[in-house]
Amino acid sequence: MFLYQNIRLAIQNTYGLVGTFFLGHGHPPSPAPAPCAGLTIYRGGCKLGLVNDFLFARSLMAMSLAFHIIFAAMGVGMPLLMALAEGLFLRTKNPVYLDLCHRWAKGTAILFAVGAVSGTVLSFELGLLWPKFMAGAGAIIGMPFSFEGFAFFTEAIFLGVFLYGWNRVPPLAHWLAGVMVAVSGMASAVFVVTANAWMNAPAGFKFAGGTFTDIDPVAAMLNRASFHEAHHMVLAALVATSFMVAAVHAFLLLRDPASAFHRAALGLALGLAGVSLPLQFLSGDASARTDAILQPAKLAAMEAHFRTETQAPLLVGGIPDPQTMTTRGALSIPAGLSFLAAHDTKAKVTGLEDFPRDLWPNVRVVHWAFDLMVGSALVMLAVLVWLGALRLRHGRPLENKTALRALVAVGPLGFVALESGWVVTEVGRQPWIIYGVMRTSEAVTPMRGLIVPFSVFTLVYVVLAIIVAVLLRQQFLEPHA
Amino acid sequence: MLELIIAIVILLSLIIYALLGGADFGGGMWSLLAFGPRARQQRDAIADALAPIWEANHVWLILIIVLLFTGFPPAFAGMMTALNIPMMAMLLGIVLRGSMFIFRQYDLKEGAVRRRWNTIFGVASFLTPFFQGLTLGALATGQIRIEQGRVLTGFFAGWLTPFALACGVFALGLFAFLAATYLTLDTRDNPVLQNDFRLRALASGLALAPIAWIVFVTSKEGAPAMYHGLTRWWAPVLLAWTSVCALVALAALWRRRFRLARVAAIGQVTFILAGWALAQYPNLITPDVTVGNAAAPERTLRLLIMALGFGALVLLPSLGYLFYLFKGRAKRAV
Repeated sequence: MFLYQNIRLAIQNTYGLVGTFFLGHGHPPSPAPAPCAGLTIYRGGCKLGLVNDFLFARSLMAMSLAFHIIFAAMGVGMPLLMALAEGLFLRTKNPVYLDLCHRWAKGTAILFAVGAVSGTVLSFELGLLWPKFMAGAGAIIGMPFSFEGFAFFTEAIFLGVFLYGWNRVPPLAHWLAGVMVAVSGMASAVFVVTANAWMNAPAGFKFAGGTFTDIDPVAAMLNRASFHEAHHMVLAALVATSFMVAAVHAFLLLRDPASAFHRAALGLALGLAGVSLPLQFLSGDASARTDAILQPAKLAAMEAHFRTETQAPLLVGGIPDPQTMTTRGALSIPAGLSFLAAHDTKAKVTGLEDFPRDLWPNVRVVHWAFDLMVGSALVMLAVLVWLGALRLRHGRPLENKTALRALVAVGPLGFVALESGWVVTEVGRQPWIIYGVMRTSEAVTPMRGLIVPFSVFTLVYVVLAIIVAVLLRQQFLEPHA
Repeated sequence: MLELIIAIVILLSLIIYALLGGADFGGGMWSLLAFGPRARQQRDAIADALAPIWEANHVWLILIIVLLFTGFPPAFAGMMTALNIPMMAMLLGIVLRGSMFIFRQYDLKEGAVRRRWNTIFGVASFLTPFFQGLTLGALATGQIRIEQGRVLTGFFAGWLTPFALACGVFALGLFAFLAATYLTLDTRDNPVLQNDFRLRALASGLALAPIAWIVFVTSKEGAPAMYHGLTRWWAPVLLAWTSVCALVALAALWRRRFRLARVAAIGQVTFILAGWALAQYPNLITPDVTVGNAAAPERTLRLLIMALGFGALVLLPSLGYLFYLFKGRAKRAV
């Protein structure tokens, strides 16, 4: 028994350390609401148990979001590509586009179903993991969630029509159903992100003595971060989807160089990538400047910027050390951060030193995630520019095998950027769940043993991801009729 | 007044979810229970019936949750805290049901692989509605106590009682009955298959009576407030209507009047849920959280009602179109 307790304590400590490293400071929830129950036996383990349940609550939420966001992003991008393909078919009568639309539709059906159920999990988890947050915030940000519900409804309805209505509705109506799916997919992304933006830039209420008063859901929805987060997220979804699709078809084109099918697919995907990626840089610039005003601590963590200064340098990479407030081994671009945050090389940028230690997000995680996001975007841009140059030089970039291989290699980077971008915005907001109003640790459920749902859902999601990958591969490798 | 409107919309959504989404779960149950020489045909007929509509049907659940946390935030927080365990189990069921169904549909490999997806799909179709019925039952037990937004009774109160368990089983029976009744219409082109589902509908319809009786009996101890509600003046009226619908449904199934059977089954489920809601009113979580004391501020409720009106304008025609395409008479033409 003693041995068991020691092992248990060791495990808990390890989780604590790993968790603190990856997820930021694990603040134990202030006064323990319920007596320590069941699982934790060790004397003093009560406190550890609480810390761990808080970490598992965050881990479960993070894991659920990280999983869902892939399918959600595909749910924004794929319908657009399908609608484009079918539109081109209706105009040109080229059967390749119809074939493409059919193939993409099958893949989308699988992705959408997994996205729908994993999204349901999230809507419950808001309450299952953060009941005190929802008890206060539900009335304030329920509005965008309601709109999202309706958008999701139309998405599901018209996806049904699109997938199963090939022989039941006239071609134009079928195409319009596809357009409806694309539009409502984008709308639901915008609404959900609006709710997240409110957590970053809370508005539309007064908060005193633990209660929310003077609630104005419209002002909450139109908070100052909504617009920037919305365009950044929609573009991220389009970039991620288009690069992933381009990579798949580039890979298949390398195996079957004569295929008109994969050429057409690549043309569409690269077209979408070519529009969305450059726009994403503009969008990111606007978002960074908004962050500088709304969430200076997040911006400072993103840039590993410890000291408040004018002509602040931009640090790329390196190892931020919160203890000494220095960053070792980073590439420093003079006045770069001042320019980024305010478009003025002389601007003063607030550093983390202006905030109490317990209000710092995990600087390492946020800084590295930010660099990973920007780095991925730059690599994708480089490949895109190269393809553009090839096209200008001799007009046939898809004949260049090296270029195709490069496309395959950078394919997943859109999703890398998407995920790391979410880490930046979510971990960067910590320790707050509602910035400046409510701490994440204050919102967590009193429920214990969250390691159980965390383990179960992680396992299920990993297995689902593998099956989805196998099935998608199957769909694409199926010989053409 | 506004909060009552939202509560009614939630109830309506719940009824529609039971009628549509519930039947999809029932389909999954019959898919697992398929046996005999036509087992495979039965499974395929069920899959064909579900495929175009199950995702839209599932969204009703999301709508219910969203309306609950926007309109009655403390009730949502309380339910999700006190019923954390069964809710997590239900979510697992939802994830497995949906993904396994789509794998079943899109896996190009036939045979053993597809049967494996189908089996998990079927098991999850039992799991999910059982926990849904159980959580609804738990809310009525009066054993979940909440004071100033804090759940006092821990994480096991209410949902492990005989009454809640009986509610879970009742949900299973109800959805199985609905599904089999609908499937008699989905298989109208194949009389043999149609008869299979007719017999299943009759069997599950008959099985509902003793289960309902157990729910009623256990409610005396297990959900006293609800039992008390069920003995008020309107209860016999509703009970009479429910019984009439049930008998008409069974008779119509027996006489092969399948359209009539569907109407009667829909009526039966509607009356049951309406009666449950009346007996539960005004409690959301008996006895501490009510429609009145958990409602969001008036401004939120008013905006929410406006959003619902606007959403319904988009939603209802789209939904009508979907069902017209895949479930209406148009289906015959193809």
